[in-house]
Amino acid sequence: MSGSDVVLPKIQPLSEKPKSAGISWHLSADFLFHKTAVFAAFLVAGALFATVIAIAYDSRTSIHVFGIWGFLKSSDWNPVTQTFGAFPFIISTLISSAIAMVLGVPVSFGVAVFIAEIAPAWIKKPVATAIELLAAIPSIVYGLWGLVVFAPVFAKIEPWINDKLGAIPGIGLLFQGPPMGIGMLTAGIVLAIMILPYMSSIMRDVFLIVPSSLRESAYAMGATTWEVAWNIILPYTRSAVVGGIFLGLGRALGETMAVTFVIGNSNVLSASLLMPGATIPSVLANEFAEATTKLYVSSLIYLGLILIAVTLAVRFCAVLLIRRLGRKEGAAA
Amino acid sequence: MMMSVYVRRRSVDVTSKILMGAATLVGVFFLFWILWTTLRFGLAGMHWDLFIKDTPPPGTNAFGLRNAFVGSLILLAVSLLIGIPVGLMGGTWLAEYGFRGPTANAVRFINDIMLSAPSIEIGLFVYAIMVAPMGHFSALSGSVALAILMIPIIVRTTDEMLSLVGSDMREAAIALGAPAWVVITKVTWKAARAGILTGILIGLARITGETAPLLFTVLNNQFFSGNLFHAMANVPVVIFQFALSPYANWQQMAWAAAFITILFVLALSLIARWFLGKVQVPK
Repeated sequence: MSGSDVVLPKIQPLSEKPKSAGISWHLSADFLFHKTAVFAAFLVAGALFATVIAIAYDSRTSIHVFGIWGFLKSSDWNPVTQTFGAFPFIISTLISSAIAMVLGVPVSFGVAVFIAEIAPAWIKKPVATAIELLAAIPSIVYGLWGLVVFAPVFAKIEPWINDKLGAIPGIGLLFQGPPMGIGMLTAGIVLAIMILPYMSSIMRDVFLIVPSSLRESAYAMGATTWEVAWNIILPYTRSAVVGGIFLGLGRALGETMAVTFVIGNSNVLSASLLMPGATIPSVLANEFAEATTKLYVSSLIYLGLILIAVTLAVRFCAVLLIRRLGRKEGAAA
Repeated sequence: MMMSVYVRRRSVDVTSKILMGAATLVGVFFLFWILWTTLRFGLAGMHWDLFIKDTPPPGTNAFGLRNAFVGSLILLAVSLLIGIPVGLMGGTWLAEYGFRGPTANAVRFINDIMLSAPSIEIGLFVYAIMVAPMGHFSALSGSVALAILMIPIIVRTTDEMLSLVGSDMREAAIALGAPAWVVITKVTWKAARAGILTGILIGLARITGETAPLLFTVLNNQFFSGNLFHAMANVPVVIFQFALSPYANWQQMAWAAAFITILFVLALSLIARWFLGKVQVPK
């Protein structure tokens, strides 16, 4: 066999344009596929900015008429006289979410520790599934249940709250009022149930990534389960736990349907938590379809802009804090 | 002295365990309370006419939700048509082109923020960009709003699932001369399909009961309509309007609709969980 018999494959220089139709078709398909993917990713990222810009733009009429501080601090919401102010709705939104956090955070922490540390293996999975299914229930069903089932039951408890908590000097004022079953406190309780699965599943997930060497060293030193949870696991996962709490807060602030059903929808601010109120999302859900004038619609969208500013800040912190733990994990590994 | 410290630590431990167990019980209790209520009221409102007649006018004793069921199915189908391609391609870009680069990480960050966006904000956004310029409510704008709510979920699961696919599979395909788009569509998508499907199911479950964005985009229609450019009847808004109405039959229908919605969503969530259990880290 002589060297001339060897057939060398024809090597095509990279600089030359490929002549085969198949290859050039693949190159343009590759190009198109890549650009489509880039475009989709751009849409995903752009949606956030577009949301803020579009909502800000549509509230321009109201911003122009009422200004920023004027709108924020005015309690006058009257479609008849076309005067609009956001103050009662902002306060109600904050208060109902605050109630939800006060009730929901400890319970979520308890659920997360129970599932991650305490529960025996056979009970872990069904309980975790049950808690997560709470998140699958649509908010309108929470609202329906809250109005038709929970509120009448709660109305029977309210006289007791009136007697016991209402008698405390100072904060007693918060717990006085007719036992209607609906109101700020009811909305806060329903919100607490709704955000429980979100907060507890994040806490549980981050508890499970705590290195077992840390946990086992603590147990080997004779620490109790509670001491391990409070002194070892919580400090290690603190940023993500706070992030999870912020995520729950973001949900509570923006929750619409369930709150609309149970808060009672009163535009007048009241000192008592047992009295009805109206949050920004609930007033939007209630009044948007019947808003007739341009200024009315624009003022409602302006309320939406305030909500988006607050929840965006909360969600930004949440994602940042949850990611911080991920980075720490990456650095340790 | 030693003994008292021991007793204190032990009692704190036992008390905390009891409290945490109680917290879990509270959560599970509310789940069953809500499910039981929906089952009880929902079954009481069940009626064959729900599926074959349209929503009745106020003041009659008739039953019917056909237009709402059909409308909701159309809304969901159109949002899937919009959401799946965008979500899938966006996730694919992150996993296959962006990798861990700064741009990709910024997109992931924004996507995570969008993941927890209150649905009412998305409703207002779509109102501003579609309903207001068009001058009237339309089913299409409702589908766009639902798609925007669903896309971040699909993006995230697609990204995560594609990242799980081992690089040896990609390298083998590239070594055989397959161009990038063939590697992605025929190899990595295929390897990650169970996970991607799970993301789509979770996304669908999330948007099924969504009501708030629909109030600003589709609103409602008393009549049967298949026109994407007009207001369309849909289950969530019907539940909202009927539940707060003074008519007994409307309230019953609201519960029946809520029962069917919850059945659908829970089935989707459980199927998605089951699917996720099937996802093995592809080699």
